[in-house]
Amino acid sequence: MTVSADFTSRRGAFELDFAATLQPGVVVAIIGPNGAGKSTLLRTLAGLSAVDTGSVRIDDVVVDDGRSFVPTQDRAVGVVFQDYALFPHLTVLENVAFGPRARRTSKHAARARALDALDRLGVADLADRRTADISGGQAQRVALARALVTEPRLLLLDEPLSALDAETREAVRTELDVTLAGFDGCTVLVTHDPLDALLLADRVIVLEGGRIVQDASPVDLARRPLTPYVAALMGVTLLRGTAADGLLTVDGGGVLHLADHAIRGRALAVVRPEAVTLHRHEPEGSARNAWPGQVAALQPSSDRVRVLVDAAPSVIAAVTPAAVAELGLTRGTSVWMSLKAVDVDVYSTPAH
Amino acid sequence: MSRSRAARPWFLVIPGVIALAFLVVPLLVLLWQAPWGSFASIVTSPTALEALRLSLFTSLLATALSCLVGIPLAWLLAREVLPATNVLRAFVIVPLLLPPVVSGVALLAAFGRRGSIGGVLYSAFGIQLPFTTAGVVLAEAFVAMPFLIITLEGGFRSLDRRYEDAAMTLGASSWTVFRRITLPLVGPSLIAGAVLCWARALGEFGATITFAGNFPGVTQTMPLAVYTALESDRSVAIALSIILLVVSVGVLVALRGRYMRPAVSS
Repeated sequence: MTVSADFTSRRGAFELDFAATLQPGVVVAIIGPNGAGKSTLLRTLAGLSAVDTGSVRIDDVVVDDGRSFVPTQDRAVGVVFQDYALFPHLTVLENVAFGPRARRTSKHAARARALDALDRLGVADLADRRTADISGGQAQRVALARALVTEPRLLLLDEPLSALDAETREAVRTELDVTLAGFDGCTVLVTHDPLDALLLADRVIVLEGGRIVQDASPVDLARRPLTPYVAALMGVTLLRGTAADGLLTVDGGGVLHLADHAIRGRALAVVRPEAVTLHRHEPEGSARNAWPGQVAALQPSSDRVRVLVDAAPSVIAAVTPAAVAELGLTRGTSVWMSLKAVDVDVYSTPAH
Repeated sequence: MSRSRAARPWFLVIPGVIALAFLVVPLLVLLWQAPWGSFASIVTSPTALEALRLSLFTSLLATALSCLVGIPLAWLLAREVLPATNVLRAFVIVPLLLPPVVSGVALLAAFGRRGSIGGVLYSAFGIQLPFTTAGVVLAEAFVAMPFLIITLEGGFRSLDRRYEDAAMTLGASSWTVFRRITLPLVGPSLIAGAVLCWARALGEFGATITFAGNFPGVTQTMPLAVYTALESDRSVAIALSIILLVVSVGVLVALRGRYMRPAVSS
């Protein structure tokens, strides 16, 4: 009852190389920048495009291996498309009944099943509406009902929340979480929003440039990002360097004291912006790390201001707006940073 | 006031109004010269009724045939399934620009009794197309089908492909997807294309008279009847013309300018 994929797929100069086994009842988020191969992955799993090499198996049946290809119609997959792609010429009920009808269920039975699926998502009262006359949040639920009514083994969601405004998004995300928890097949959720991935998924696979760069639980992803892209998503600074004797020599300049004296060799270190303190003059304190730099950029974010400091090494510091005013921070201001050794979270670079 | 004056430069207004008059006046004169007193008896005369019946029959059949093979061709062109789509589309457009009499000659060359295909049809099956009602349908379809194809191809091209993807993931066969999703979603283009195609078929003259001749009751459609009447009785020609004019205006009203607006990106 698993989905296992190990394939490559070419689109012109771009190649997606993906290998993972998906377990039932586990929500896997696929996250990555534009052009990372998220859509290609989704279309390949759905059977809307074919692999170039390798294979895709659903429940131990080969559905695509370059020779045999099971078209999407005959795969037990359900897809929630970006912007939902509800059929505009059909009512909500007809949209949801389309799948059962296409699979040769009688008209009456198909409508009963569709109504039941809509009811489970709390939108049965919309059954006779035109899809143009419902809200984004409602459309999301209808799209989910349409995908689930055919009882797929593999549920694919393409940016299921990106069409919604911020307020609706939060409510719909909570409902989606409940629906996905009750689904016993494999779920793949494609998103570019780290919050969706962290809150909805049990496992996050990060794609960059057509390759898997990290495959981790949401907690590990947040604590130990492996690439600058993931670190940026998580809002932390990622430093790459070489560790020895309690010191990290950072690639590109700078040395940081570490609390961990045992680690040796190539390593990554995460610095949370909240752990970095800014000063106008060289600080005298207990923090083992203190180094000078210049403010390169200031970004307001909720109740803090994120200050990108150009230094060796460059880091992001999060300070209060009051601190920005007191220190007189603007672009080009010279500052000192201090950071406790214990706040440099260092870990070995995994061998690939 | 001064602004609206400035917006009406004489060098555009005068030639523009001349163009408008040129297009409208002959039609008004046609209505003015119409033999209204004997109009009813003319249009219900056996010749007129027969031509009208034949015109409706052949133009509707030509439209149906155009839909039967033109819809698939429009889809093939839109999805670029065949090689060299741009070249193929040019071939489809040629009959739009070709003088209809040339189309008639080409049809004779191909489907005439001594034509490349017509010769085989005649000697092997005894089927003769030129100078028959079937020939009229063929000539009308040849000239009118491009209107359907070009209009519908645009509809297929602007269709959001994800609807078809969604239908496929829901288990629909390609036939079901086409019938229940693709065709309904291009419905407006299909109707517009079919109406334009039918209007063109109804007015077809040059290819028809060349390929099918002018035999009352067999190949004499309305435009041919008008042409024939003009040599004997002008008032009959005018009365029959008015019927065709009414049909054209009716088509325009039916489409309510929706599909005939100049291409403006909205």
